[in-house]
Amino acid sequence: MNAGMLFTRMPRKVQLALAVIALAGLPFMVGAGLGNTWLRVLDFALLYVMLALGLNIVVGFAGLLDLGYIAFYAVGAYVYALLASPQFGLHWPVWAILPVGALAACGFGVVLGAPTLRLRGDYLAIVTLGFGEIVRIFMNNLNAPVNITNGPKGIASIDPIQIGGHALSQPLEIFGVTVPALVLTYYFFLALALLVMLAGLRLQDSRIGRAWAAIREDEMAAKACGINTRNVKLLAFAMGASFGGLAGGLFASFQEFVSPESFSLMESIMVLCMVVLGGMGHIPGVILGALVLTVLPEAFRHGAGPVQQAVFGQVLMDPENLRMLLFGIALVAVMLYRPSGLWPDPRHRQEFNAR
Amino acid sequence: MTALPLPLPLLEARNIGKRFGGVRALQDVSLTIRRGEIYGLIGPNGAGKTTFFNVLTGLYPRDEGEVIFAGAPLPLGEPYRVAQAGIARTFQNIRLFANMSARENVMVGCHARSKVGVAGAVLRSRAQREEEAAIRRRADELLAYVGINARAGDLAKNLSYGDQRRLEIARALATEPQLLALDEPAAGMNATETGALRALIARLRDDGFTVLLIEHDIKLVMGLCDRIAVLDYGRKIADDVPAEVQRNPHVIEAYLGVVHE
Ligand SMILES: Nc1ncnc2c1ncn2[C@@H]1O[C@H](COP(=O)(O)OP(=O)(O)OP(=O)(O)O)[C@@H](O)[C@H]1O
Ligand SMILES: [Mg+2]
Repeated sequence: MNAGMLFTRMPRKVQLALAVIALAGLPFMVGAGLGNTWLRVLDFALLYVMLALGLNIVVGFAGLLDLGYIAFYAVGAYVYALLASPQFGLHWPVWAILPVGALAACGFGVVLGAPTLRLRGDYLAIVTLGFGEIVRIFMNNLNAPVNITNGPKGIASIDPIQIGGHALSQPLEIFGVTVPALVLTYYFFLALALLVMLAGLRLQDSRIGRAWAAIREDEMAAKACGINTRNVKLLAFAMGASFGGLAGGLFASFQEFVSPESFSLMESIMVLCMVVLGGMGHIPGVILGALVLTVLPEAFRHGAGPVQQAVFGQVLMDPENLRMLLFGIALVAVMLYRPSGLWPDPRHRQEFNAR
Repeated sequence: MTALPLPLPLLEARNIGKRFGGVRALQDVSLTIRRGEIYGLIGPNGAGKTTFFNVLTGLYPRDEGEVIFAGAPLPLGEPYRVAQAGIARTFQNIRLFANMSARENVMVGCHARSKVGVAGAVLRSRAQREEEAAIRRRADELLAYVGINARAGDLAKNLSYGDQRRLEIARALATEPQLLALDEPAAGMNATETGALRALIARLRDDGFTVLLIEHDIKLVMGLCDRIAVLDYGRKIADDVPAEVQRNPHVIEAYLGVVHE
């Protein structure tokens, strides 16, 4: 019996307790073993998990290809930046800004969704791609005639998240133990990522989730079943965008800086890769995809130079180039050997093997 | 003059017209379906039967005419509202949600008659849990009604052809229709399956549904239907009880014409 089987045979409560201990202990192990760089990677990984889970609603559940998803991340980030920075001298509390950011992104989701409802597949992808770029370009140019976004320079000195009077950017003493700032951030992001995951799971297993799946499978039949496909699709855009906006707010507070550069098309593609590579529509797979695609490139970035040095005695290839090369090869390999993702819905995988 | 009062019409289609570019797929088609009857719609290939279904259910916009259903005009071009108004259909080339289980397919059919939204789903409110349980029960009842409850957990695409046709009927019933429109439900079935289907359709009528049936299996149509309309090149050429339709010279000509092709 291997460890995995042992785990699945344990009672539910024991499983839960082990998972909590593992998730709570992880940042300390990472911090001690790999240092702060990797703790930051871990925090970013959680942001990408939220993003991927949000995009999964649109792409995985409803089957609508969205190539401009990062725009909602941008909206959330800029809402946070504008409401909690010296830019306008506003310093709203986090519990007020995050919902406002999510709502603003939700509104953008509906605005984007409405004109694209008749489009499918390639056409939808192109329009959403354009929308993503438009948002980025707006952020870039909204510094004149009235300066709102500070243009390409971006907005700096954004307030860190404050919870109970304590800023997450500062370490915290509890019972004589010092919890580093990056670990505090990790816990906060983890809590929100778990909430997003729970919301995703519950939505999937509901009347709304079934309607999304029906549209993905056969839109005409879904209509004939009495589903108002227009509203239900808009709902997918709105929900996905809200999660993106939430993650964006967290991103702004974590970086304490936003600029349009962070919201390029490449980022949209990256999040889409996480969803597709992990297993579209399957939440555990999507989470895995987000983790793998955040951690692996970082590992290449930090590992490629020293490994070459050790093996060849010199750095033959620029680690940055090598990173993209290996990343590309890895993607192609996964698509060839696991076309439905690293961890697809087991029901569908059975199907695949049965044929 | 009949002594008995006629049953109320459930559906009145008036002067329906539909073209596809130069093809006049439907011309001036009017028909009246009474409550509780099985109404057949037959005609040679390409006569416009499926087009009539598509226009009726709002999947295609109609060019001319109007439809009165249960006393009110049917909304145009909004298939989901047609379904909510009480017309459910199956498709000639089966359109199930292939990667969903049989049960889930039927549960989707319950969409129009349930209402819990995003907040209820995310918070798992009590109303949501109760509605969800009711939907599931209803789906299982309907699967049993059409006789495929043993396959409830199987993906729709793994069902046999005959079971897929039954599943489509169960999904249509889940929308709680008054009129059930079946587009060639016996197509591709063997004799045993057709026999069982015939019993199912008869039972639907006994249980108070009105059925509009497109079918090429003439024996099935003649045996089941109370009245039959015949389409040919988009026009209605006959509309009568089965025995009369069979004798109608226009009908015979239309069908023989097809045989000679
Ligand atoms: N979407 C469409 N676009 C263009 N022409 C169409 C379309 N749908 C149907 N037609 C044409 O309309 C006519 C009627 O087609 P329809 O499918 O309604 O026939 P049918 O009576 O259902 O035939 P069958 O018995 O073969 O199913 C045909 O000439 C067909 O080619
Ligand atoms: Mg047809």
